[in-house]
Amino acid sequence: MIARALRDAGMEVIYTGLRQTPEMIAAAALQEDVDAVGVSILSGAHNTLCPRIVSLLRDQGLTDTLVVLGGIVPQEDIPKLKEQGVAEVFLPGTSTQDIAEFIRANVKPRD
Amino acid sequence: MQPSKSATTEEIEHKATTADSLKRQTERKTSFRTVSLDEVNRLYDSSDIADLDLDRDLAFPGQFPYTRGIHATGYRGKLWTMRQFAGFSTPEETNGRFKYLLREGQNGLSVAYDLPALMGYDADSPLSEGEVGKCGVAVSSLADMEALFDGIPLEDVTVSQTINAPASVFLAMYLVVAEKQGADWKKISGTLQNDILKEYIAQKEWIYPIRSAMKLVIDTFEFCTEHVPRYNPISVSGYHIREAGATALQELAFTLRDGIEYVDWGIRAGLDVERFVPRISFFFNAHNDFFEEIAKYRAARRIWARVMRDRFGAVNERTMQLRFHTQTAGVSLTVQQPLNNIVRVAIQALAGVLGGTQSLHTDAFDEALALPTDKAALIALRTQQIIAEETGVANTVDPLGGSYFVEALTNKMEQGTLDYFDRIDAMGGMVEAVEKGFPQREIQESAYQYQKALERGEQTIVGVNKYAIVNELQEVPTLVIDESVRHQQVERLEKTRARRDAGEVARTLDAIRKAAQRDENTMPSTIEAVRAYATLGEICSALRDVYGVYEEPAI
Repeated sequence: MIARALRDAGMEVIYTGLRQTPEMIAAAALQEDVDAVGVSILSGAHNTLCPRIVSLLRDQGLTDTLVVLGGIVPQEDIPKLKEQGVAEVFLPGTSTQDIAEFIRANVKPRD
Repeated sequence: MQPSKSATTEEIEHKATTADSLKRQTERKTSFRTVSLDEVNRLYDSSDIADLDLDRDLAFPGQFPYTRGIHATGYRGKLWTMRQFAGFSTPEETNGRFKYLLREGQNGLSVAYDLPALMGYDADSPLSEGEVGKCGVAVSSLADMEALFDGIPLEDVTVSQTINAPASVFLAMYLVVAEKQGADWKKISGTLQNDILKEYIAQKEWIYPIRSAMKLVIDTFEFCTEHVPRYNPISVSGYHIREAGATALQELAFTLRDGIEYVDWGIRAGLDVERFVPRISFFFNAHNDFFEEIAKYRAARRIWARVMRDRFGAVNERTMQLRFHTQTAGVSLTVQQPLNNIVRVAIQALAGVLGGTQSLHTDAFDEALALPTDKAALIALRTQQIIAEETGVANTVDPLGGSYFVEALTNKMEQGTLDYFDRIDAMGGMVEAVEKGFPQREIQESAYQYQKALERGEQTIVGVNKYAIVNELQEVPTLVIDESVRHQQVERLEKTRARRDAGEVARTLDAIRKAAQRDENTMPSTIEAVRAYATLGEICSALRDVYGVYEEPAI
């Protein structure tokens, strides 16, 4: 759904499928040379997985890659996630347009 | 007595008064649509059900084709089973919640397992990181299962288990726990979800390639028919198809076509329709559009009865009667103004009851935020008790039967389903349709159209795209599961591994591989492995060695 909406908004989207480990996500981001990584987590595992994804990306030299999260995330977890390098957390009810606009406004322009 | 006015005169008058009304007040929208985006007429009358044959299509409750219910006395004899889905953290924690719910008047249990269990991994697998005990209870071996059902007599309480790809392993664990309690397998009853087709279609928690996975399902049918005759080895589920964004019609059509597929595979394995089909149960969603849902349940019974009679030549009543569980729509719950969810759940649950469900789960209002707290779970159960004992809706059978609107919608659901059957049959069956990505694409398209309708404001979600509170704060306390659960579970797993007979584990795992290679029934060897405390992850690995794993095609 999100992938299709972002494609409709003119972005190139690589959908890696479900249940990717942080290592798989970071490897795909490097290989595809992406501007942004979007993860969806509904299970409550975000506090464990998101910091890992960010640090793996940074370790691979992807210092500017935008990381956004969508899913079931308690409000109280959001400040900590942002501190850990997640650029934005989209909660249920967010319009796909808002997500596309945020990504467009916040990805680092290429030289 | 004066003859009544002719219908034509009434029609003319009605047209005139409607035109008058429209002149005074235009309608709120140009088009009124259900949550499935299906157009609803201004009015339904006898002309909308002109082709409804009362004897053929409705009959009485308890009579073929069971449109009005499978029991002649409806809920006057026995209410539906109030079966709240529960599971979180460690087996001990969930065992405590089960006992709490039973004390509060719930009469059946339903287990929610965590993601590692659903995927066939042990708590100490690297893939389980962050997920242990989060979405359900953590179970990696018989030792966990013993703790989960400690003090709960499995011969007396019916238990439903939501588990699919590794379902045969969980059935084996359940049977071994029952055996250790001294229960007679011939007497225990309960349900295994075990519906692998909808995993490939919608929920996507698969392990093995589709045809091998279907073979495992048939193994459980065959085993239960012989050894656990009162147990339902499958609950063919539309719930997850709907949650993935399908319309009510797609939920109905794909679920019933999945049911047909399981019957076909059972027959091909040499099973007797009249023996195994009565133990196939169904599971539907209860979404927001009240009448559309009721029509869906009524149509489901009629279609299944006709399919069983006409397509499979069934003659026994039990074989033709569709029995189903209902759960209110998790996807409809909102994070925003979460107490509103109590109202949504009550109305959805009412649709399930008016549709004649055999059992019901009502979602807790805080489930859009986390797994339910004790308090939220209790309100959900009380919602069912209020419907059952205060509203009076259970006093009479099928109170909406004969409603022009409900009967017209029921007919429309049936016709739409039969059209989908034709398309899927033409592809060679549901397995082939899934391999082609057909139901997946249909659902994806519906989900996308709904999201667009929502963003255009054509569909309303109260508190989200209308009546929203700006900068609303989350003030509902939620259940937090921390990483200590994983540590506890890993510790028990290590103890279990240290205590068991390693040679026996290796031998039984090898027997599973051999049974899979030879295309024999895998249940006896799985039960042996479970008895030896082989873990879930080890058993699933043994089967992966033979079957391989499923790779999702690009949709």
